[in-house]
Amino acid sequence: MSMAGLSTPINGALRRVPSWVVYLAGLIPLAWVVYLTFTGGIGVDPVKGIEHRLGKIALWFLVGGLAITPARRWLGLNLIRYRRAIGLLAFFYIALHLSAWAVLDMGMLWSQALADLVKRRYLLLGISAFILLIPLAATSNNASIRKLGRNWRRLHWLVYPAVMLGVVHYLLQMKVISTEGWLWLTAVLALLGLRLVPRSR
Amino acid sequence: LAKINAAPSKYSTDAAPNTLKDITNYNNFYEFGWDKTDPAAHAGQLVTDPWSIEIDGMVDKPGNYALDDILKPVTLEQRIYRFRCVEAWSMVVPWIGFELADLLNRVGVQPGAKYVAMQTLLRPSQMPGQKQGGIDWPYVEGLRIDEAMNPLTILATGLYDEEMPNQNGAPIRLIVPWKYGFKSIKSIVKISLTDKMPRTTWNQLQPREYGFYANVNPKVDHPRWSQATERRVGAGLFAGREPTLMFNGYEDEVASLYTGMDLRKNY
Repeated sequence: MSMAGLSTPINGALRRVPSWVVYLAGLIPLAWVVYLTFTGGIGVDPVKGIEHRLGKIALWFLVGGLAITPARRWLGLNLIRYRRAIGLLAFFYIALHLSAWAVLDMGMLWSQALADLVKRRYLLLGISAFILLIPLAATSNNASIRKLGRNWRRLHWLVYPAVMLGVVHYLLQMKVISTEGWLWLTAVLALLGLRLVPRSR
Repeated sequence: LAKINAAPSKYSTDAAPNTLKDITNYNNFYEFGWDKTDPAAHAGQLVTDPWSIEIDGMVDKPGNYALDDILKPVTLEQRIYRFRCVEAWSMVVPWIGFELADLLNRVGVQPGAKYVAMQTLLRPSQMPGQKQGGIDWPYVEGLRIDEAMNPLTILATGLYDEEMPNQNGAPIRLIVPWKYGFKSIKSIVKISLTDKMPRTTWNQLQPREYGFYANVNPKVDHPRWSQATERRVGAGLFAGREPTLMFNGYEDEVASLYTGMDLRKNY
């Protein structure tokens, strides 16, 4: 079956899935983390376990969000109507990841946390990614799209540097960058690179 | 397996040790993988019997010593030590072992020897992490001779009355409680006495981040995080952080080793 032949029934089926289902399904990873925390499955160090898992989930949503446009262009798979949900879920998990760092990991030692933020490159990259995403999350509603017009699209290009900062933040916190780390970076670079492929008309 | 009856030690801390589960399921032992849980998952395949340690360099009696022969004359002690990882987490571990000085005195350290270099087993067939790049295997570490001779420095062969679990560095590993954990090299197969500062794995990988001395020091930050505080593993989700102690709380015993040294430069 051709790509288009396969994507047509999938697109048809997806049209019947309302986006609230995506929001709800997006909470499953959180439920999983909570479940692991209460059953001890989160590991010997629950603080790092929670913090790192939330960060990794956020990365999945960020990369998933980046994959939506190329998936439509090259696979004919239309997930555009779920992009807002995916993006907001990514933001939600980044906010949780950041809270886990500040509250559980840093133990709300605000002065040390702030000093670390400024001094440590990987933390600076992480917090920058979060800050870049704040206006995006804030304008993820129909009223903003109408009001901002063409500027809405321009504003949301910020997602590209944000994901880049996020993935580099993930790599730099490792003592030695692992194979998995390089795979994540490759995936992000590939998804960003695909946007540079000119459209042939 | 018979329980090891190790004698108590005046060097033990009063702090409550972490559980065996904590100590055996949260390990940095990159020979078995990058995650803290990888050693527990993959170290079971490591064969630690027979085991021998090659002792060479500036010693009177160099040779390849079987582990049994090394252990025969020693009296095992329990040393409950604070353990501080360079990643700013900590545990309390009831090690079983004997002073490294015991062994070094037995093999006879020659007067010119200034350093002790140590090496971990290189056996990729049983240590899957060694098939990955990133680190120039085998893992190597080292101490200055006075650090090696300090009574706090032990070779550990067990913990919690049991033989050393594989993921913690079986069958024999170094413990230097006033230094960051990566100095305490695991699964030792070679000890060399030398007059030159030996190369050490993490220092070679990231010289800016990991020095030769690697003394626990709350005033000297790691380039990527503060060392002023630490998280005690097992203390609970909302336990927060506790202040890190100079030389990990062993200042009285070891500060004199570094008199006159700039610990900011010699980190």
